[in-house]
Amino acid sequence: MLRTLSRYAAAAVLSIASAFALADDPMKVGFVYVGPIGDHGWSYEHDRGRKLMEEHFAGKVETTYVENVAEGPDAERVIRRLAQSGHDIIFTTSFGFMNPTVKVAKSFPKVTFEHATGYKRGDNVSTYVLRTYEGRYISGLAAGMMTKTNTIGYIASFPIPEVIRDINSVYMAAKSVNPDVEIKIVWVSTWFDPAKETNAANALMDQGVDVILQHTDSPAPVIAAEKRGLKAIGQASDMSEFGPTAHMFSVVDEWAAHYIRTVDEVMNDTWEVEDYWGGFKEDMLSIGSINDNLPADVKKVVEDAIAKANAGELNPFTGPLKDNTGKEVIPAGHTLTDEELAGVNWYVEGIDDTIPQ
Amino acid sequence: MNFKIEKRAEASELMRWLSPFIAIGATLVITTLFFLALNKSPLEVFYNFFIAPVQDLYGVSELAVKVAPLMLIAAGLLICYKANIWNIGAEGQFIFGGLIGGWAGLQFLDVNSPWVLVPVMLAGVVAGAAWAGIAAFLKTVFNTNEILTTIMLNYVALNLLNFAVHGPLRDPAGFNFPESAMFNSSAAMPIIWQDTRMHLGIIIAVIACIGVWFILSRMHLGFRIRVRGADEHAARFAGFNAKAITWFCLLISGALAGLAGVIEVTGPIGQLTPSISPGYGYAAIIVAFLGRLHPIGIIFSATLMGLLYLGGELVQMFLGLPMALTSLFQGLLLLFILAGDLLITHRFVPKWKKPKADEVPNALAEGAK
Repeated sequence: MLRTLSRYAAAAVLSIASAFALADDPMKVGFVYVGPIGDHGWSYEHDRGRKLMEEHFAGKVETTYVENVAEGPDAERVIRRLAQSGHDIIFTTSFGFMNPTVKVAKSFPKVTFEHATGYKRGDNVSTYVLRTYEGRYISGLAAGMMTKTNTIGYIASFPIPEVIRDINSVYMAAKSVNPDVEIKIVWVSTWFDPAKETNAANALMDQGVDVILQHTDSPAPVIAAEKRGLKAIGQASDMSEFGPTAHMFSVVDEWAAHYIRTVDEVMNDTWEVEDYWGGFKEDMLSIGSINDNLPADVKKVVEDAIAKANAGELNPFTGPLKDNTGKEVIPAGHTLTDEELAGVNWYVEGIDDTIPQ
Repeated sequence: MNFKIEKRAEASELMRWLSPFIAIGATLVITTLFFLALNKSPLEVFYNFFIAPVQDLYGVSELAVKVAPLMLIAAGLLICYKANIWNIGAEGQFIFGGLIGGWAGLQFLDVNSPWVLVPVMLAGVVAGAAWAGIAAFLKTVFNTNEILTTIMLNYVALNLLNFAVHGPLRDPAGFNFPESAMFNSSAAMPIIWQDTRMHLGIIIAVIACIGVWFILSRMHLGFRIRVRGADEHAARFAGFNAKAITWFCLLISGALAGLAGVIEVTGPIGQLTPSISPGYGYAAIIVAFLGRLHPIGIIFSATLMGLLYLGGELVQMFLGLPMALTSLFQGLLLLFILAGDLLITHRFVPKWKKPKADEVPNALAEGAK
């Protein structure tokens, strides 16, 4: 009897304590990464964003991350565990987490889910993506001006709209400053494989390419360009240390801006389901470590383009625009909406190649 | 070096059974020191690794999901290893089984009948067996080393899967992203526990282990397999057809890996993606050895490995320790198991010490002269 009573008393005390604790309990935010945080690429950048966000909220937010989560059954369990253990917001940061995220979100209507780069949303699932084509456009300008062989190379990962869009963006930019420019594309079917990326870079350079752009995450292409005394542009994170002379600049992902914004919205109850696109204007992309060895005119063009992008005025996908079969894909006076950008599956006029099917 | 390694006259049967426990104990001791150095309470870490994952029924169901493929694959590998056939290609057999089974599943997107599952499963089983059959063919006809061929076939299978999800099997409504459409629910593994992901796979895996046990210890076929494993010449003298045994072992092993693949694809994954296996084919090798190459041992070792995976996630979530810990656990465990195996059959002897004549196997004694 006494024992039962004391147990009730203890339970009561506990529940009161937890009610008090709840008042200024920090908001719990979970992150799921596909790679190790030490990959110096995709997951590394998301983790940098997580840390900056945690710092920004100074004690009001507590973060958790799980790295190296395989896309597939493991992802679903990890996301569910995070939701079960009291996380208020969960960021799933790889395309392959899309279906597990949507599935788990249905059983946790009070938790906010944010999935990077996907296209499926739900009552409590938003998606977010970078306007990488803005950074590519700036890269294309610099590449077009720097190439002496009039041939630039693109190491492409997978023929998804983001990559196709960025190839178009690079080509249009390069062409605007160098009408004779040509682009050569190699598909490596990976996001991160230093050996494959090196081979691809070398194959491109063997074909006369003297500026390498990459849509993969390892610094290998920059290193390969450095070895041959040619030029390269870094992707996702600052890769300047891998090519002291080759590295022109890097287009750096800045996820922190979105993480801060989302947490803020959830705290203030203003969060809504959306497909969020962030670029230079939204502080989600930046140009890092512009090399001092760039000629002054190139530097000027790059800096002007950055200013334009920061003002949200860099919009390469504005009509009239034809694809490389001569068909009009954007009518005059129209700029592609985000929804249309998500479905780009054509090469712009002048690219002498076809999209692998 | 002042020591030499020599074969023991007789391996201790007791130590053979104790060694996995000693290995687990040694792993715990080393990792304890490691956690102390990291200023984490070892008890808390072990709690999160081994108890927290199965504290609730949801955890138990997830463990079953994780363990099913490991157990199925390891059961097949066991048959090969017993016959001294080193099939390292379960990863490829798993992937190929999943790919062909998944392809079959995609042919029935509009059919709503529970019977759909039968051809889908069969396709996976046959595909896995066929993939291992390539290695069996190369070994029996050209005497090619199966370790090399099976490893290389892993990469071929992976690239075939990549090709398929990037090309012919890609979801037409999927914005060119490399994955297939989701399977129809009739081609999905039946869930055996409402509201969880626990599916029929775990039961199939346990049945497979029992089946393998039956073959190995109750059938003449199993005897032939074990004799071939112990001594190929003896098997030949006894008139056993070594080639037939090679074929049988690899086909069964491939079939079980392929079955695991198609179960995983139609079960928890629900579609074909470029990465349908987080290395199950390789992890199952550890499971087979940790389970002492015994079907019942495998049931336990697969469970332990599954726990390590689940625990690794929780340790990251609740203690902020890195994922590399799980690999560290697995690596240490395998190291101690293998070291134990060596010490069971061999021993270190100081070089200056003369071996006692009665303890040295004849062949070695001959060699010493």
